[in-house]
Amino acid sequence: MNTETSHSFAERLLKSRYIWPLAALLLMLIFNLLLDASFLDIHFDNGRFYGNPIDILHRSAPVALLAIGMTVVIATGGIDLSVGAVMAIAGAVCANLLVATDVSLFTVLVAGIASGLLCGLINGALVSYMGIQPIIATLLLMVTGRGIAQLLNDGQIVTFQHAGFSWLGSGTLLGIPVTIWLVLLVFIISQLMLRRTALGLFVEAVGCNSSASRYLGINDRTVKLMAYLLTGFCAALAGIISAADINGSDANNVGLWLELDAILAVVLGGAALSGGRFSIPLSLLGVLIIQTLNTTIMVSGMPSKLNLLIKALAVVLVLLLQSDIFRKQISGLAGKWRHS
Amino acid sequence: MNIKTLAMMSLLLLSQNAMAEIVVGFAQVGSESGWRTNFSNDMREEAKRRGITLKFADSQQQQANQIRAVRTFIAMRVDAIVIAPVVETGWTPILRQAQRSDIPVIILDRNIRADEDLYLTRIASDFVEEGVKAAQWLVENEQDECRVVELQGTVGSTAAIDRGTGFNRVIDKHDNITIVRSQTAEFTRNRGKEVMESFLRAEDPNSICALWAHNDEMALGAIQAIKESGLAPGEDIKVISVDGIPDYFLAMANGLANVTVELDPHLGAPTYDVIQRYLKGDTDIPKLIRTTGDVYTQATAAEEYQKRSQ
Repeated sequence: MNTETSHSFAERLLKSRYIWPLAALLLMLIFNLLLDASFLDIHFDNGRFYGNPIDILHRSAPVALLAIGMTVVIATGGIDLSVGAVMAIAGAVCANLLVATDVSLFTVLVAGIASGLLCGLINGALVSYMGIQPIIATLLLMVTGRGIAQLLNDGQIVTFQHAGFSWLGSGTLLGIPVTIWLVLLVFIISQLMLRRTALGLFVEAVGCNSSASRYLGINDRTVKLMAYLLTGFCAALAGIISAADINGSDANNVGLWLELDAILAVVLGGAALSGGRFSIPLSLLGVLIIQTLNTTIMVSGMPSKLNLLIKALAVVLVLLLQSDIFRKQISGLAGKWRHS
Repeated sequence: MNIKTLAMMSLLLLSQNAMAEIVVGFAQVGSESGWRTNFSNDMREEAKRRGITLKFADSQQQQANQIRAVRTFIAMRVDAIVIAPVVETGWTPILRQAQRSDIPVIILDRNIRADEDLYLTRIASDFVEEGVKAAQWLVENEQDECRVVELQGTVGSTAAIDRGTGFNRVIDKHDNITIVRSQTAEFTRNRGKEVMESFLRAEDPNSICALWAHNDEMALGAIQAIKESGLAPGEDIKVISVDGIPDYFLAMANGLANVTVELDPHLGAPTYDVIQRYLKGDTDIPKLIRTTGDVYTQATAAEEYQKRSQ
């Protein structure tokens, strides 16, 4: 990387895009530090790090994985509502294999991921080759997917004991939870593929104008299909770590409404739902905002019945902060007040 | 003639063969949880024990199926109809139909929103009593200062509100026990673990004496969080819960949890008691009958697990 790009990166950071989500996150951390001065403390114990920052990163892993896939799908002008259900399917597939058979961990993981890719393939085919609206196409799997997972589990919570599999959800590597490493890995690979090859450009082109990019020679259908395969993969991985975390597959509840959190994260990162320009780092920043908010609510000791209200208010505030029009109106009002 | 009417006719013929004994139609929700399966089995076994013929309909979580089943029961002229409703509303028309045919209806478990005159009685678990029993165990086993963290059920659900109320009612009379943290974990294992982790960060883990969870699933998640933080669940932090699912009995048998109040699945006996009383002409039946399950501790956990996991 030469100095020119790093300079322009610093400039970009100050001028736009990153500054407002970052400001929101910092504000939230400051609020937490005021409530509890030791909020950001990390200590090392029993060979692993403990503390709220580690918890936030660890707990945000499923949504972070979903958000990586969701960012790309939204960039192509689509949306994937089925990711929560796909998490349930992948978890159920792995749990049943672990309980019923004696296959290797590798086979279990391959089967789990394959189930997610299959779901992605179905979504992608419905959207790009059948021309069905993404919100409807993926809604199908959102509803039936959870049913399929419940069917696999026979309506029960399937629990298993497998040290290797559990390690993926609650183990540590070099003192850091494995889930955080997994998110980093998926992030780096997807970022390299999308930013170091022309793939990212194709995705943005298809999202901006699907038919125009087709005339330019981009295979828009394949690009869209790839995007849904990616969300399927990410959702399966998220389902695997969620199941590994509790040593069981709870088809009724795992990943419930997480598709909405993933979409929210992408929006908090400043991406437009209409497609086009995207940024995975910004979406991950959105994920951190959501999870910090969740952790804040949990550790602050506020009554449970206020949870959703507080979350909604905070999200509206962050979105307003990001709105150019809102900021202009505020500074306009402030200017008027100063003049009068 | 379609299959449905054919099936109904054959059922009619069958039921006429057994005119002498009592015939009860039961529209069950489905088999979505282990608890529900136990509940269905109890209804079947208790009927067999009493020589009652039970017509069982699994409604697969759909009210439409339940209503269809009840309509069939009415056509069969059963002696009584038992409904474990999927949802609260929409029961009035079918209950009227049963009333016109002079068939008593008993509602089990979940509540319905309908005129009380339309059904004989409702038999359901007493959630408040479950909370009371859970708290009493703690009171009896903890004389010293005890800081409790609470995992609440889904906000606004009857089970969460009533279990919390019952528990608080008891500990309010005992100054040594206080709830220091309370947050919802939505009755699920994943959330139970996550919220417990946050409790262990926000409080000094060594100062927490007990965990009170509104159901076993959340408790099982929390047990893992306690284990991962390096403490011993069941010893360093006592684990108190409600429901009595097999996984929790296993945890108790392994010393990871202390006590659970069973969400009573044995609704068969009180149901058939009411039906037999009513058919003998007893009309003095209360509109709501409450049941509570027993308290189970580590002492019997291993053998209870054997019994329940078959």
